Amino acid sequence: MEKEKRVLTGEHFIQGDIACAEGAISVGCNFFAGYPITPASEIAERMSERQPCLGGTFIQMEDEIASITAVLGASWAGAKAMTATSGPGIALMLENIGLGIMMESPCVIVNVQRGSPSTGLPTLWGQADMMQARWGTHGDYRIIALCPNSPQELYDLTIKGFNLSEKYRVPVFIMTDAVVGHMTEKVIIPKEEDIEIYPRRYTTLSPKEYLPYKPEADLVPQIIKAGDGYRIHTTGLTHDERGYPVMSAECQKKLVSRLIDKILNNLDDIIIVEEKDMDDAEVVVISYGITSRVVIPTIQKARENGIKVGSFRLITAWPFPGEKIRELSERVKGFVVPEINCGQMVREVERHSKCSDKVELVPHTGGDIHDPDTIYEAIMKVAKS
Amino acid sequence: MRKEIRVSGFGGQGVILSGYIIGKAASIYDGKNASFTQSYGPEARGGACAAQVVISDSNVDFPLVRDSEVLISLSQVAYNKFRTLVKPNGVVLTDEDLVKPENEENDIKTYAIPATRIAEELGNKIVGNIVMLGYMTKVTGIVSKEAMMKSIGDSVPERFKELNIEAFEKGYQYPG
Repeated sequence: MEKEKRVLTGEHFIQGDIACAEGAISVGCNFFAGYPITPASEIAERMSERQPCLGGTFIQMEDEIASITAVLGASWAGAKAMTATSGPGIALMLENIGLGIMMESPCVIVNVQRGSPSTGLPTLWGQADMMQARWGTHGDYRIIALCPNSPQELYDLTIKGFNLSEKYRVPVFIMTDAVVGHMTEKVIIPKEEDIEIYPRRYTTLSPKEYLPYKPEADLVPQIIKAGDGYRIHTTGLTHDERGYPVMSAECQKKLVSRLIDKILNNLDDIIIVEEKDMDDAEVVVISYGITSRVVIPTIQKARENGIKVGSFRLITAWPFPGEKIRELSERVKGFVVPEINCGQMVREVERHSKCSDKVELVPHTGGDIHDPDTIYEAIMKVAKS
Repeated sequence: MRKEIRVSGFGGQGVILSGYIIGKAASIYDGKNASFTQSYGPEARGGACAAQVVISDSNVDFPLVRDSEVLISLSQVAYNKFRTLVKPNGVVLTDEDLVKPENEENDIKTYAIPATRIAEELGNKIVGNIVMLGYMTKVTGIVSKEAMMKSIGDSVPERFKELNIEAFEKGYQYPG
């Protein structure tokens, strides 16, 4: 490894966690604060090797609460900041993830999901933190969450995640899992000049003219770098365009609506899905993360048996592509939703589907991935309904 | 064509590195797709430890190995644990000084090599896993010899490169 090179252009055979760290470094991440936890520790380990050689910062904090706090502070100091943990660590971070949403702090939070609840299955697999990402911190808000299904996608989507967090000034979750994080596959790292980097939306206004929470046309305000001479106030309290607390329903409505609408107005830009064999599909399997790879051979098997089945993969889990599900529900027989939890994203599918009784959950409590036969049986059940 | 290989042994025998070397050889140097997974947990401290590699000409969709075509066993405990997870007509490769194979069913072929002893004769038993990789390469033909040698060269410290290549050759030349 050429530790001093920022972008390690070339073909590598590397673990998902390492690919995640490299994706972050490729897009300019220069600050990592975290606390070790299986199965995310390799991200921190890689960052600890790489950041010092690149002039960046790696800090092992005393816990996850301190980690996310350091990330928010670093973000305001101008750094591209990231932390990585698993479900138990996210649980500790949630309060300040809310602060990050309220202060509109660009940053990336990686959750390498493992078996849960609580400390659960540290070394084994789960996908049961999907709703934690969506609703974990208190209040009304919208979040962005991306779901890679391979080390290559962990690299690519970590880059994408940073760019979205800069563009919309919102913390972005990378929702991977212990299979993908710990799996080693080929990862192609492009040339440095081919990597898209969305720059921080620094203000062009002078300190006298600048208002820290005055939105631009797309509802996202311009940002400053602490220390550049802009005297500003930022807070978790409901605030006006100056950043000062205002305790009123009117100000609350304006702020919370804007935090939600800056995401909802840009769904086409944020939502990525992958559709396969969908043209004639009568049954649609909706999956994400590692489960989307288990689905592929089952679809092939069902197709060989004459069942018209397609795959709809959530690369963006949040915001959820509800409109697309509603459209599909008008023309297909039903949906099959396998996930390594007892039913989380399936609720969104049911909520947006015109006929929720056409949605078949294939649950799994974790510790392993699905037996493809269980998904196949669900496909057959919906096909025959 | 999908092929699955499981490497097993005690923690410390180079089981995980062996899986990595096979995966990298197939993926980077043979131009195939490979997915490498390893067992995590207390098994790293002396129990049966395993690494799995899936190699395919097309995408590796299902990433894990359940029953494998090839099982490499470097310890009796690992052999006992994983021998039932070999596909019919599969291949089992053992270190003959460390594993006492049972009569295999399902037309499973067992190949034995004194990998650790050969490594000791070369001066360092740490390369026993590499002797085994040479033997595996010859017996199964799943990964090319050239790819394996390049992958080994990438994966071991520079000062041990020569020893490892020699170990690989010894295994490759061993009568199968």
